[in-house]
Amino acid sequence: MNNRLPRWLVAFAFVVYLFLHLPLLVLVLFSFNDSKFSVEWVGFTWQWYARLFQREDILNGLRASMIVGLASTVISAILGTLIALALARHRFRGRTTVEAFLYVPLVTPEIVVGISLLILFVLLGFPLGLTTITIAHVAFCISFVVVVVLARLQGMDQNLEEAAMTLGADEITTFWKITVPQVWPGILSGALLAFTMSFDDFVITSFVSGVGSSTLPIVVYGMVRKNIEPSINAISTIILVATSLLIYAADRLGRDKPLRK
Amino acid sequence: MTDPIVQFTHVSKSFGEVKAVKDISFEVQRGEFFSLLGPSGCGKTTTLRLLAGFEQPDEDGGLVRIAGEVVNRKRPYEREIGMVFQNYAIFPHLSVEKNVAFGLEQHRVPRAEIPERVVKALEMVRLDVGQFARRMPNQLSGGQRQRVALARALVLRPAILLLDEPLGAIDLKLRKEMQLELKQLNKSLEITFVYVTHDQEEALTMSDRIAVMDNARIAQLGSPAEIYENPRTPFVAKFIGESNFFEGTAARGLGDRWEVAGGNATFHVPAQPGLQAGAKVRIAVRPEWMDVCLPETIPAGENAATGTVRDVIYLGEMMHVIVTLADGTDCTVALRNEGQLIKPLPWKRGDRAAVSWLPEDCQVLEEE
Amino acid sequence: MAGLRQRLLGFFHPRPQARAWALLAPGTLWLLVFFLVPILIMLVYSLMPRGVYGGVRPGFTIEHYARFFNPLYLEILNRTLLWSVAATLICLVMGYPLAYLIARSGQWKNVLMFLVVLPFWTSFLVRTFAMIFLMRDTGLINTLLLRLGVITQPIPMLYTPFAVMTGLVYGFLPFMVLPIYASLEKLDLSLLEAAEVLGARPAARFWKVTFPLSVPGVVAGCLLVFIPSLGSFLTSDLLGGAKQVMIGNLIQNQFSAARNWPFGSAASFIVMALVLVAVLWYLRIRDRAPAGVR
Repeated sequence: MNNRLPRWLVAFAFVVYLFLHLPLLVLVLFSFNDSKFSVEWVGFTWQWYARLFQREDILNGLRASMIVGLASTVISAILGTLIALALARHRFRGRTTVEAFLYVPLVTPEIVVGISLLILFVLLGFPLGLTTITIAHVAFCISFVVVVVLARLQGMDQNLEEAAMTLGADEITTFWKITVPQVWPGILSGALLAFTMSFDDFVITSFVSGVGSSTLPIVVYGMVRKNIEPSINAISTIILVATSLLIYAADRLGRDKPLRK
Repeated sequence: MTDPIVQFTHVSKSFGEVKAVKDISFEVQRGEFFSLLGPSGCGKTTTLRLLAGFEQPDEDGGLVRIAGEVVNRKRPYEREIGMVFQNYAIFPHLSVEKNVAFGLEQHRVPRAEIPERVVKALEMVRLDVGQFARRMPNQLSGGQRQRVALARALVLRPAILLLDEPLGAIDLKLRKEMQLELKQLNKSLEITFVYVTHDQEEALTMSDRIAVMDNARIAQLGSPAEIYENPRTPFVAKFIGESNFFEGTAARGLGDRWEVAGGNATFHVPAQPGLQAGAKVRIAVRPEWMDVCLPETIPAGENAATGTVRDVIYLGEMMHVIVTLADGTDCTVALRNEGQLIKPLPWKRGDRAAVSWLPEDCQVLEEE
Repeated sequence: MAGLRQRLLGFFHPRPQARAWALLAPGTLWLLVFFLVPILIMLVYSLMPRGVYGGVRPGFTIEHYARFFNPLYLEILNRTLLWSVAATLICLVMGYPLAYLIARSGQWKNVLMFLVVLPFWTSFLVRTFAMIFLMRDTGLINTLLLRLGVITQPIPMLYTPFAVMTGLVYGFLPFMVLPIYASLEKLDLSLLEAAEVLGARPAARFWKVTFPLSVPGVVAGCLLVFIPSLGSFLTSDLLGGAKQVMIGNLIQNQFSAARNWPFGSAASFIVMALVLVAVLWYLRIRDRAPAGVR
């Protein structure tokens, strides 16, 4: 069978990859350019990065994003794992409804989620701030965690848990000693994905954050609207590198380790 | 009669609409090697899981007793059982010795005792302790993993060991070896074995008694000899070994025999209680209980049916002669091969021939 | 402590439903309260008249929905639909060959796929900014072209439909590649060999065997691009400027400058309705057996 791929296909794919990555590489490159306005390459400099660390808004935004990120990650990881456990190991009525319900957040446009939460918080008189942002982030992260952890649980050999029970371990012991060691990479992978999504989120956050509780993306958005300058390239590069590392880690963990044969 | 260690009384189990196990009752004696045999979907695995405690019988679905006590509501870890799974279920994140020690730890066996018992268990399944104790499961072959699974279950000296097609994924030669080892362990440890398999040869080789299951029910329960030599239903006759079937209508009684008029032949069967003239009779005859002869020289007192030889098949130890009978059905006769090169069979394709068998060898079948 | 544990397990053992729901409860409750209920409230809001400060006041009205029949808003709706469909098609044309290549790349599959997935996970805001950086009048592309003498005046790329379209495609292309790759990867190559033996040439093999079997992935990919495009607002906001208004911008505006929450809610609902139609249509297609598979 002719397994060689047609040349035009390879060329085309190469172009598409370029399209995907070149803009980002250019962005990164020019964060080191020693010129504020011109797109001409003048020289190499770290000044734009240094300036970032002097800016209060950036530092506050970073702090806010980290707090919200960690909080929403922990909460959605726990809630999501519990749901995945229920779906993977139990038969129950109403299962299809629950599954459908879990997938709806994944297809709902962010703007709808954002404004509906804004309406809710205002109606309840709940002050907008880091808490409301966290609540919103958990809402859209849970489904992601469920998907990742569920896959891992389903891929796991259920006989292991049964074997443990025949050896005298009750359900709780079996969970901690047998299930968790098998699926923790999946849980961690889901958590990293949740953190990334929370950290990067703009649309939903913009609706439910109050004054003074701006996360990093909101600060960056403000910068883009005001004035295009290399500091934006710098913070963008930092965000890119950070999320790339997180995604790489999540990807490695998410791979199933070959267990038999 | 020793007291039964397992008792199933009118047990049923449904999954939604489907009844996986329908009203089955049986007992397993202490120390027995008891097999549940049947094709896939017959309910044997569900029965095992009911015994293990992974499934519960239906609401009025009967009682499961272990050592006289009703255990319907008991969790697997509250029952005195050990289990070996088809895919071994060795904990991948624990070494061999930690795997075997797992159950001991769960049962709060004193720390000091554990290493010694682990060593004894590994020796029992013939795994070299020095070589294997520290290894991780992914460094073991299938057969070695199975031994670890055995050791892990046996180290706890459970009253009953459940085995769910444990030799399915092992290749033939090793399988035969392990069958004998399992049989040995059953006798030497005096632990009751309940064994699930779809391989009838395996069941016949290893078991003290076999429950043949079909379609969520027990078709027949008995020793290997009883199952093989006296199959009660067409299903059992077909599933275990090979059988030839003959049908007919009971004509008249002749002392301790009855004459049955069939499509292929008129034959005599041993008298059955309650048999009446006009009743439908169906019998099974195993190929090795039959002989082939010329239609003219049928031995006196034997049943016979005439036909034409369709094929002669060389199987090494046996020869199979397939004769097409009057109504078009094929009958297989198994004859010892005494060396085709020195003492060949006189039969070849196209020959006129008759198959014959003794009336005592008629296995009268019940309807399913 | 041991007694509590036993009592807990003992309680749940005969109640399999309760067990499952105990695990499901926290997460589903969260979603109920912070996802479903807000959307329902939003629905109610969309049917109430506008209050003094832009919120709502008691009453019932369908005026906000009726407002959509105004040509101005219909135009926005049309534009959004048009651009979403266009972006979907462009992503399909660009993404399918790429997915195909990756699926046939043997050992490089994982690396290549990771390179596609990576941009998808990094910040949408950052990626959109990358587009701005390239397409501005004083951006990289114009500067290069000016320098090379290809043009004498900067081409206005930003704040045009072209910019928004590019932004949408750039943002959502990975969503198209992933599902198509997933279904192509499962393709049984022996089917193609069988076709070859039967005399089919490469083009025929592709259109008659490969493509039909990849349709579930294609449909999923289209959905994953179409839906976020419908609701997108960042792209048209940053890349489109004031003139290229999509329904997402309209909605956002109602909650900031225009201060008309019920109208914004109605608009959101219309978007949700369109999304629901697309999803239902997708489920219909998915449940019909894909061509060529028994």
